Amino acid sequence: MKLLKRYRFFLITVIVTVIITIVNQSFGIRAMGVVGYSFMEMIVIIPPIFILLGLLDIWIPREIMMKYMGEDSGVKGIILAILIGSAAAGPLYGAFPVAAVFMKKGVKFTNVLIFIGAWSTTKIPMFLFEMTSLGAGFAITRLLVNIPGIIIIAYVLSTLISTDEIKEIYKNAENL
Amino acid sequence: MSKYLLHVITIFLLLISYYKDSKKTRMALKKAWKAFENILPEFLGVIMLVGILLSLVNPEFISSIVGEKSGWLGVILSAIVGAVTLIPGFVAFPTAALLLKSGAGYMQIGAFISTLMMVGVVTAPVEIKYFGKKLTVARNIMAFFFSFLVAYIIGKVVGGI
Repeated sequence: MKLLKRYRFFLITVIVTVIITIVNQSFGIRAMGVVGYSFMEMIVIIPPIFILLGLLDIWIPREIMMKYMGEDSGVKGIILAILIGSAAAGPLYGAFPVAAVFMKKGVKFTNVLIFIGAWSTTKIPMFLFEMTSLGAGFAITRLLVNIPGIIIIAYVLSTLISTDEIKEIYKNAENL
Repeated sequence: MSKYLLHVITIFLLLISYYKDSKKTRMALKKAWKAFENILPEFLGVIMLVGILLSLVNPEFISSIVGEKSGWLGVILSAIVGAVTLIPGFVAFPTAALLLKSGAGYMQIGAFISTLMMVGVVTAPVEIKYFGKKLTVARNIMAFFFSFLVAYIIGKVVGGI
């Protein structure tokens, strides 16, 4: 029963896909093609991310993470958050479990948010690909607007949310 | 090749870890599995949702709303399409390039690419599980509006409007 509850959202989407396929076969087939593709992406890209965060969790002491990315890490922490986020691979949903480990290790909240922002939009492999498809002007302009953008968004977000709520999010990360 | 760089690094680090302390390594793998298993239902749901959405929103549909003359309405629509879909970069960028060739505006494509990457409506269930509803909603709304600034600047700088 608990399992059913956990997979409720997934089961609903499966049912919707089945209904779509019955109503319009070509839409259904297209949906399944995308699902197959995304599923393969998940199988290929997600395991190393989780293994790396398992290793990070075990080997990197909290003090080190706090020193480099914690409350008093200043500009160093911001730069590290951008660099780690940008070096990442994989879809945005892969960033959240990593963010959870960061929070467990005492990384400053704004740095966690900057990391999420960087992962979402300044990933280096994607940047190179963007340059070749859409041109250097497009890619570089976007990057230059995005870097200050994700930092500002992170700071504004952290003011929108109370200290208690941040504590709650950190506590939640402990159990994930 | 670069696609598997992360795998090579992971295997390398895993081997070092195992060499140094096999017990700790097993613990790390156990933690990795637990973290993965914990979020797996949301991952699977998101993947299905992406499939459903992309079957409805296809390149023809996108190109019909992002023409150069579509103006701010086109920018808004492109931003919405980018926000609700999740297309991997190496599909999105060539598609965007194709759309530009077939007459889409830079501002519209800028909005589409920006929200595509920064705003995740379909990935929200995963985000909520880690960050809660309030922060997830706030982050996505801010990223959505920020994308208009990105679009405007790209339109100015690259499109020369």
